[in-house]
Amino acid sequence: MNIPDAETLCTTLVEQMRPHVSPRTVLVGIHTGGVWLAERLQQALGLEQPPGSIDISFYRDDFGSRGLQGKPKRTDIRFTMEGAEIVIVDDVLYTGRTTRAALNELFDFGRPARVDLAVLVDRGGRELPIAARYCAHTLPQPLPASQILELRKDEAGTLTLRLIDA
Amino acid sequence: MRNPQLDKNGELQHLLTLDGLPRDILTTILDTASPFTEVAEREVKKLPLLRGKSIFNLFFENSTRTRTTFEIAAKRLSADVVNLNVSTSSTAKGETLLDTVDNLCAMQADMFVVRHAASGAPFLITEHLFANGRNDIHVINAGDGRHAHPTQGLLDMYTIRHFKEDFTRLTVAIIGDVLHSRVARSQISALTTLGVPEVRVIGPKTLLPTDVEKMGVRVFHDMKAGLKDVDVVMMLRLQNERMNGALLPTAQEFYKMWGLTAEKLALAKPDAIVMHPGPMNRGVEIDSAVADGAQAVILPQVTFGIAVRMAVMSMLAS
Repeated sequence: MNIPDAETLCTTLVEQMRPHVSPRTVLVGIHTGGVWLAERLQQALGLEQPPGSIDISFYRDDFGSRGLQGKPKRTDIRFTMEGAEIVIVDDVLYTGRTTRAALNELFDFGRPARVDLAVLVDRGGRELPIAARYCAHTLPQPLPASQILELRKDEAGTLTLRLIDA
Repeated sequence: MRNPQLDKNGELQHLLTLDGLPRDILTTILDTASPFTEVAEREVKKLPLLRGKSIFNLFFENSTRTRTTFEIAAKRLSADVVNLNVSTSSTAKGETLLDTVDNLCAMQADMFVVRHAASGAPFLITEHLFANGRNDIHVINAGDGRHAHPTQGLLDMYTIRHFKEDFTRLTVAIIGDVLHSRVARSQISALTTLGVPEVRVIGPKTLLPTDVEKMGVRVFHDMKAGLKDVDVVMMLRLQNERMNGALLPTAQEFYKMWGLTAEKLALAKPDAIVMHPGPMNRGVEIDSAVADGAQAVILPQVTFGIAVRMAVMSMLAS
C-alpha cells in the first residue's frame, strides 16, 4: 500500500475547496489531525474567521461500551452557529461515526445554514450514509480494520500520514 | 484490603473519599472536568453521555447547593435524575438504608449520589452492592458525617489549579472549624496528594482534631501568623448544627479571633485567593467585604463544581 504524501494532499484539498468557499465559510477541525488541517486550510484559503475545533469524545456512540478514551480536549466554537456556513475538517474518513458525532455536537451550538465535510483521505469502510464533499485522496482498496491511518505533525509543522497496526 | 473505590483494573468504580486516591486519578478527574466547563456556554447545555442512565440523589441530610449542582451535572449529561428527600419518605416510616438501596436497585438505578449524617454510610452502600454482585451500580459520596466530601475537595482543587496553576509552589491555609468539617479532610487529602508543599490549618484548639498533624499539615493557633504569605485561603463554615457543649464562646468572639477580615487577609500574598465551600456565615467566619471582594473566588467554585461532578459521573459510568 502506497501512503500518499500529506503535504501534496493538502494542496489538492485547497484547490478543490477554493472555488466553493466564501468569506463567510468557517472551518471546524476535529481533534487532533483535523485541527492541524483546518489551521492550514484557513491560511491557504485566506478565510477571515479562525477555525473552530471540536473534540467528539462526549458524543461518541460507543461511550456505553468503551467509556471515555484518553483525555478529552476542549471544544472551541467562538462564532455564531446560527446561519453559519461550516466545513467540518478531518484527516481520515472511515466509518463516518466521528462525522456523525461532530454533526450532533455542532447542532448543540445552534442551527448552521450549511455543513460540508473536507477530508485528506477516504480510507473506505463506511458504516453510515456519510460522504465528504471535498476529499483529496480515496484509497483504491478499503483498509482492513486492523490498520490505523493517522496524520502526524512534526516540530517544523510538516504533515505526514502513517499506517500503523491497531 | 480491597480498595472499594477502584475496580480490579484500578479504574474508579465509586467515589467515596479522596484519602488514598492516587495522584494520577485526581489529575485525570481535573483534566476531564476542564472540557465540561465549556458546555455551560452553549445554546444547548447538554451532552449525550449518560443518556438513558438513572441517577438517584439520596440526601439523608439537607443540602441545597450540593444537591442542585449534582442534579444540574447529571442533567447536562442527559441522565434521568430522581431526587429523594429521604427525611420525608420511607426512612421516616422505618425503612433501613440498605432496604431503600435495594428498592432503588429494583428500579434499575445506575448511580447513587449519597449524603448522610453518619460517616461511612456511602461505604456501607458500596459494600452491600459488592456483596450482591452489583458492580454495574456506582456510588458518589456527597458528604458523610465528618468523614469526607470528595467532590467538594475536587472542585476546590480545580479552582486552585485554575487560578494558581502549579500545586507544587503553593502555601495553602485552611481556617476555622476543622473538627466538624468533612470538607477540610477531603481538602487536606487532595492538597497533599497533589504535592502542595505546605498545608496549614488554623483554628482554636477546641475546633481542630487532636491528631491533625498526622495528616501532614502545620498547625497554627494564631491566625495572623498562619496567614503570612499564603497563596490560597480556604475558609470553613462554622458548623453550629454539629456542635454540642462549650467548643466556642460566641459567634462574635469567634469572628474577632478567626473571622477573615480585609486586615487579616492583607497578611497573605497580595494575589492570594479566598475560597469558601458555602453556605457562608457572613460576619462569623468571613467578613462581607472579603466574601464579595476582588480576591474571592467563591462563586467560580460553585460553577466549577458542576464540571467536576460531570467529570466524576462520566468517569464512573465509563
